[in-house]
Amino acid sequence: MLSYTGRRLLQLIPVLIGMSVIVFSIIRAIPGDPALTILGERATPEAVQELRLQLGLDKPLITQYATYVGHVVTGDLGVSLRTKKPISEELVPYLTATIELTVVSILIAVVVGVNAGIIAAWKKASWFDYIAMLVALIGVSMPIFWLGLMEQWVFAEKLGWLPSTGRINPREPIEAITGFYLLDTILQGNWQGFWDVFQHLILPGIALGTIPMAIIARMTRSSMLEVMKSDYVRTARAKGLSEFWVVYKHALKNAFAPVMTVIGLQTGTLLGGAVLTETIFGWPGIGRYIYDAISFRDYPVIQSGILVVSALFVLINLVVDLLYAWLDPRIQYK
Amino acid sequence: MKKALQLLAVSALAGSLVLTGCGSKPAAEPNNAKKAGGTLIYGRGGDSVKLDPHNVTDGESFRVTENIYDTLVDFEKDSTKVIPGLATEWQTSADGKTWTFKLRQGVKFHDGTDFNAKAVVYNFERMWDKNHPQHKGDFEYFHDMFGGFKGEGSVIEGIKAVDDYTVEFKLSRPLAPFLANLAMSTFAIISPAALEKYGEKIAQNPVGTGPFKFKEWKPNDSITLEKNDQYWQKGLPKLDKIVFKVIPDNTARLTALKSGEIDVMDGLNPSDVKQVEADSKLQVLLRPSMNVGYLAMNNTKKPFDNPKVRQAISMAINKKGLIDSFYAGLAQPAVNPMPPSVWGYNKDIKDYEYNPEKAKQLLAEAGYPNGFETDFWAMPVARPYMPQPQKIAEAIQADLAKIGIKTKIVSFEWATYLKKTKNGEHPMALLGWTGDNGDPDNFLYVLLDKDTANPPAAQNISLYKSDKVHELLTKAQVTSDQAQRTKLYEEAQKIIHEDAPMVPLVHSRPALAAAKSVKGYVPHPKGSESLVDVSIEK
Repeated sequence: MLSYTGRRLLQLIPVLIGMSVIVFSIIRAIPGDPALTILGERATPEAVQELRLQLGLDKPLITQYATYVGHVVTGDLGVSLRTKKPISEELVPYLTATIELTVVSILIAVVVGVNAGIIAAWKKASWFDYIAMLVALIGVSMPIFWLGLMEQWVFAEKLGWLPSTGRINPREPIEAITGFYLLDTILQGNWQGFWDVFQHLILPGIALGTIPMAIIARMTRSSMLEVMKSDYVRTARAKGLSEFWVVYKHALKNAFAPVMTVIGLQTGTLLGGAVLTETIFGWPGIGRYIYDAISFRDYPVIQSGILVVSALFVLINLVVDLLYAWLDPRIQYK
Repeated sequence: MKKALQLLAVSALAGSLVLTGCGSKPAAEPNNAKKAGGTLIYGRGGDSVKLDPHNVTDGESFRVTENIYDTLVDFEKDSTKVIPGLATEWQTSADGKTWTFKLRQGVKFHDGTDFNAKAVVYNFERMWDKNHPQHKGDFEYFHDMFGGFKGEGSVIEGIKAVDDYTVEFKLSRPLAPFLANLAMSTFAIISPAALEKYGEKIAQNPVGTGPFKFKEWKPNDSITLEKNDQYWQKGLPKLDKIVFKVIPDNTARLTALKSGEIDVMDGLNPSDVKQVEADSKLQVLLRPSMNVGYLAMNNTKKPFDNPKVRQAISMAINKKGLIDSFYAGLAQPAVNPMPPSVWGYNKDIKDYEYNPEKAKQLLAEAGYPNGFETDFWAMPVARPYMPQPQKIAEAIQADLAKIGIKTKIVSFEWATYLKKTKNGEHPMALLGWTGDNGDPDNFLYVLLDKDTANPPAAQNISLYKSDKVHELLTKAQVTSDQAQRTKLYEEAQKIIHEDAPMVPLVHSRPALAAAKSVKGYVPHPKGSESLVDVSIEK
């Protein structure tokens, strides 16, 4: 396991280098003077000159790249043109907002998806199976924005059960410590606040989690069906174990590895879907941060935002691969 | 084996959490304000850029700074008439070059320091003098409204404190819109002590004399302001707290208003107005128009260099049809490049009638009996004066096709669009303008003077250059008598109408919606307003 982890970490190096090269080229690939592109035509020559020096544009490309990587490694992601604040500082609340939403979404997706898939496989060809698979089919093809607006219309506007936008009730604000509000409210022992944050997470969490939920359900079902046919399951049954234990303990363990991969991939995809969800639900996350940066041509933010999101994506994949290996030790020897 | 068990346990736990979350009926949003004044939640489409009023030009920033800061003079609640603010009275010298302001006494900044003449001088020198230690930023509005910075053509020659509560501005030449300029949100007075303490970070730590104090800013989410108990206007503000909350999607914002999560929303779709009017818990608030949406024709490019072609196009567009289809009636057809709400508007000018036949005739006279082909630029984003630019472009395209002009609709990403039009690359382009200070100069000079028709930074994107109009507009700039200025502007509008450099399309009335419990909200023509006397009454 240790050597596998080491190998897997080493493999990250070329990926990270490739990523940084792409992000580095974002500004430089635009025709014309990057400093002028960044500052716009209103900029004074002094300001352009200053930025040129700051970006090191007078030096050879390879030196510029080295400087850039040096900055990134030390946590210096540049300064936002729009707000003039350091991006590494500005990014944090957006990032925590997105991570909190993503974690809840994937949790909903995994819990509901895996269990629906298991039951559907267990009770194959029952009414539950048909309905679950129909719902999954609809779920995969559902546009996020439509689902989001529908949820708001039904649960916020018509029924008034849940809040439709934002992370908290602005009338009763919460003090941020870590930026993960669920955690923050627990740390403060603010249970009403926790409940409030939780309610705000439900609708966007479902909107974002629906597609992965559907995919996970389908994957779990087919994987389970495969495993349930195997000999050792038959043996377990013959030993007189209850059907529940056979399914949840014996079968699930072997069926879970492929599901794990899907979960990993879907978690990465969630980051993309987050832009739409964040816009509809007024969620101040990283997707919106980058989107706004694009509309304002805030190149340093676009650059660093993409870098952080792709790093996150790579990280999730790494974690998934390691979990996979942990679940199925044969993987490491391949 | 343990792993699967753990997984199951976690699944079950999380599952039950989700289920309880959906099943029980949580009280969605406690709408009952606990305190007397209460908290007003203001839903809007975008976040502020900076809370340093000297260094921004966007409406979403001013919407907030107007509640934190005061200006020397102010606009009346519902019009662009200038009234006292931090200055109680003012005088102009006979030659119109010296302005003296008497300041209000006993006013304090939120940080406890005194507001006085020194503070005013400090603020204006910050904007005016590039060598001022706090001159960090673009100061774009100062540059545009006063002709530049110190020693670089600025109209302002000097600012001095005559005594503790008297300030004097020396101008190099009379500037008629001077007073109206000072009422603009951008010329707000910031605490000098705070500027020295925070430097450029004043943009995130605003300190003014206004009705509300800055509390917290969660980027792209919310800005919270709290009541200033020491405000110089007795009994104001009425609210305890304002939260400006960002909800980008117009539909989602309306949902939030209906479910009581927010109290006021900006940017109501014209098509949703009827729905809000029908809701007994909500009200529609209409903003008086201070904008113009127009079709610019590049006067330097063929065939638009021919006035007959431009007049023909003016006759071919059915403005009323546009208003019915895209503004839900919340607009009026534009005759002049400035709205009737701004003084100096020439009421005697009759618009070109909508008459495709006559337009065809004019085209033939101009040498285009079979029309011509051209590109037609439409902006990619909705603006208050142009809610659906692409659809509006298609409607105009159909109108023009009737007189034989074939157009191809072209669009770019917004920043590129602005850049290219400022550079005069377009043949025909849709654009618009929202007024800053309610002065005719701010429409006519900005949009149609030859001074502003210079690529790559043309604001006059029709690139219309008329010496006669230039003479009238620049003369009006140095005349202080309003009656005389009115005459000059009326004359200029006449010439502009004949030359038809652009087609003024509409003056739109942006709509807001609010809960019925919100009282005293008067939308200002300039696009945002202080919420100093707004209250929530159940």
